[in-house]
Amino acid sequence: MMWIFLLSDTFIFSIFLTSYMTVRATTAEAWPNASEVFSLTLFGTTVPLLLIAIMTFDLITSSGTMALAVNYGYRREKKKAVIFMLATAFFGAVFVGMQAFEWTKLISEGVRPWENPWGAPQFGSCFFMITGFHGLHVSAGVVYLLIIARRIHKGVYDDTNFEIVEITGLYWHFVDLVWVFIFAFFYLW
Amino acid sequence: MSSEVGQQHPLSLYFWIWGLLFVVSAGSYMIDFFQVGYDVGTMELRWALILVFMFLKAGYIVAIFMHLKWERLALIYALLLPPGVLLVLVGLMAWEADYTWLTRVVYFGAEVAPEPAPVEHVIGH
Repeated sequence: MMWIFLLSDTFIFSIFLTSYMTVRATTAEAWPNASEVFSLTLFGTTVPLLLIAIMTFDLITSSGTMALAVNYGYRREKKKAVIFMLATAFFGAVFVGMQAFEWTKLISEGVRPWENPWGAPQFGSCFFMITGFHGLHVSAGVVYLLIIARRIHKGVYDDTNFEIVEITGLYWHFVDLVWVFIFAFFYLW
Repeated sequence: MSSEVGQQHPLSLYFWIWGLLFVVSAGSYMIDFFQVGYDVGTMELRWALILVFMFLKAGYIVAIFMHLKWERLALIYALLLPPGVLLVLVGLMAWEADYTWLTRVVYFGAEVAPEPAPVEHVIGH
């Protein structure tokens, strides 16, 4: 069932990214330079896309801890599986926090779904729709992870071979997977 | 939904892939860090590198972390073929794009702005 849900989710995100491609290719106005928009200045040096890179590595880290949780689940090492699921949820929450920071920063600089100071107004609507929908998935994933981790801890799945960790993992890896495409097309292209 | 036996793989496999994912992510970030296509190389090189790193990373996640490599072939096809149809949509939209663009410029008099306004961040953010 999780695979079927993820397949339908794939279509939703693909359609977001396709519409982003369409509005970007059809607008006569210039598309804002993502590299500059998302740069951060640290100690006087401006580093392009820094926050986005940190978010990417944070999500990769969480995918790794999730993969370990799945592995420990199959080994019936309940405690380790729960700990790694909690670690995954933690990294997910950090990601959402950084995204909130990014949104705050962009909104304070005048980015709205209908306008922005740098170029094509569609930039804002694409940005808020795509990253917002992805952030919503991460937030839901954090809640999902916490619920399943608690249930494992309580012993609800003791009679199974802990496939539930694998299913939760599928969802989490999918969220990371979507980010790969958002990073490539929205931030890098 | 996964295979009956469960997925038992050595931990070292996951650490390997985890490390590779970091390397590939670093690679795609380097595209922007070195401003490939703007400061060095061509835009074609930039797009090619973006796609290579993207598919490598997506492939590792789906094949190893999501265990699709060890699933039965029917499931692999059921998952990979439908998104393939999306490529048709992407193709159609890309095909239509220059027509829409030309209509806007030629008939609606939209002004073509090739360069976006430079971004200046307010210090303190």
